Amino acid sequence: MNIAGRRWHLLLFRWALMLLLLTVAGGLGYALLSLPEQAVGLSEQVRVNMEMSGVQNPVTAVLLNFRGYDTLLEMAVLLAALLGVWSLGAAEAHRRIDPQPVLSLLVGGLAPMMILMAGYLLWVGAYAPGGAFQAGSVLAAAGILLLLSSKRFPVRLMGWPLRVVLVIGLGVFTAVGVTLLCVSGGFLQYPSGLAGALILFIEAAATLSIGVTLAALFLGGRPQAGPYR
Amino acid sequence: MVLQWLFDSVLVLALLWLAWRVLDSADLFKAVVLFIAFGLVMALVWVRLNAPDVALAEAAIGAGLTGALLLSALARLNDLADTTNETHTLGRKK
Repeated sequence: MNIAGRRWHLLLFRWALMLLLLTVAGGLGYALLSLPEQAVGLSEQVRVNMEMSGVQNPVTAVLLNFRGYDTLLEMAVLLAALLGVWSLGAAEAHRRIDPQPVLSLLVGGLAPMMILMAGYLLWVGAYAPGGAFQAGSVLAAAGILLLLSSKRFPVRLMGWPLRVVLVIGLGVFTAVGVTLLCVSGGFLQYPSGLAGALILFIEAAATLSIGVTLAALFLGGRPQAGPYR
Repeated sequence: MVLQWLFDSVLVLALLWLAWRVLDSADLFKAVVLFIAFGLVMALVWVRLNAPDVALAEAAIGAGLTGALLLSALARLNDLADTTNETHTLGRKK
C-alpha cells in the first residue's frame, strides 16, 4: 500500500475511534442524567441492623458482615492475581544497589511506623474509616520500601512460610465461614455475641495476606528459593 | 459556602487536567508520576464526597501501590529494551 493510502486509513481509524468514544461518553452522560432524583439506597437497612453487626463502622459492617461473601471472593481474586504473576516465571535477582544513607535512614525509621499504622488501621476499622484493605496496603507499602532499599528478607522465609501467609487470609475467612455453616447453619452468619471478635480475627488474617500479596506483586515473579545471585 | 464551591471546582479542574496530561504525555515515566498525582487528588475528591473509607483506599492502593507497580513495570520494560539493543536478539538474557 502506498503512503497516501496508509495515511487515509489512519485518518479513518481516528475518526471511527472518536465517534465510538463520543457514543460511549453520550451514553454515560444520558445514564447519569436519567438517574432518579432520590436514589433508594440500602443505608436505612444497614442503619437498622447495625446493632447486630458487631462493629460500629457501617462500611466495615457491610464489608465483613452483611456482604462478607463479596469480601471473601475479593481475597480469592487477589490471590489468583498473584498466582498469575508467579506463573509467568521466577523473579529476577535483585539489582544490587547501595541505598544512599538518606534512604536507609528513612526506611529504618518509616517501616516500623508503617507496621504500627497498619495495626492501628486494622483496629480502628471497627469504629471509624479503616479496615483490612487499608491496613494491608500500608503493610505492603512498608514491604515495598524495604525491597527498594535492598533490605533482604531471609531466604528461608521465601519457601513455605511465605505461602502460608499468602493464603492465611482466605483460609481463615473460609474456615470461619464453614465452621459457622456447620454450627449455625448459615455461611458466614456470625452469632450475635461473637460477631465483633470474629470480624477482627478474620480482618487480622486478611491484613497479613493482603499486605504480603501486594508486596509480592511488586517483586514481579515467584521469589527464588535458592540464594540470590 | 462560596469557599467550598471554589475548592471543589479547583479539585475537579485539577483532576480533569491531570487525567488529560496522563493520557497526553509521551514520556511514560512522566505519565506514571502524573497518575500518582491524579490518585492523590482523587483521594481528596473522595474526602469531599464524604467517603473517607474510599479515600484511604484510593491514597494507599490507587496512588501508592499502583504507582509503585507501574514504576517497576516501566523499569522492567526499559531493561528489556536495553537487552534487546545490546545483543540484537529477542531471546532472554540468561
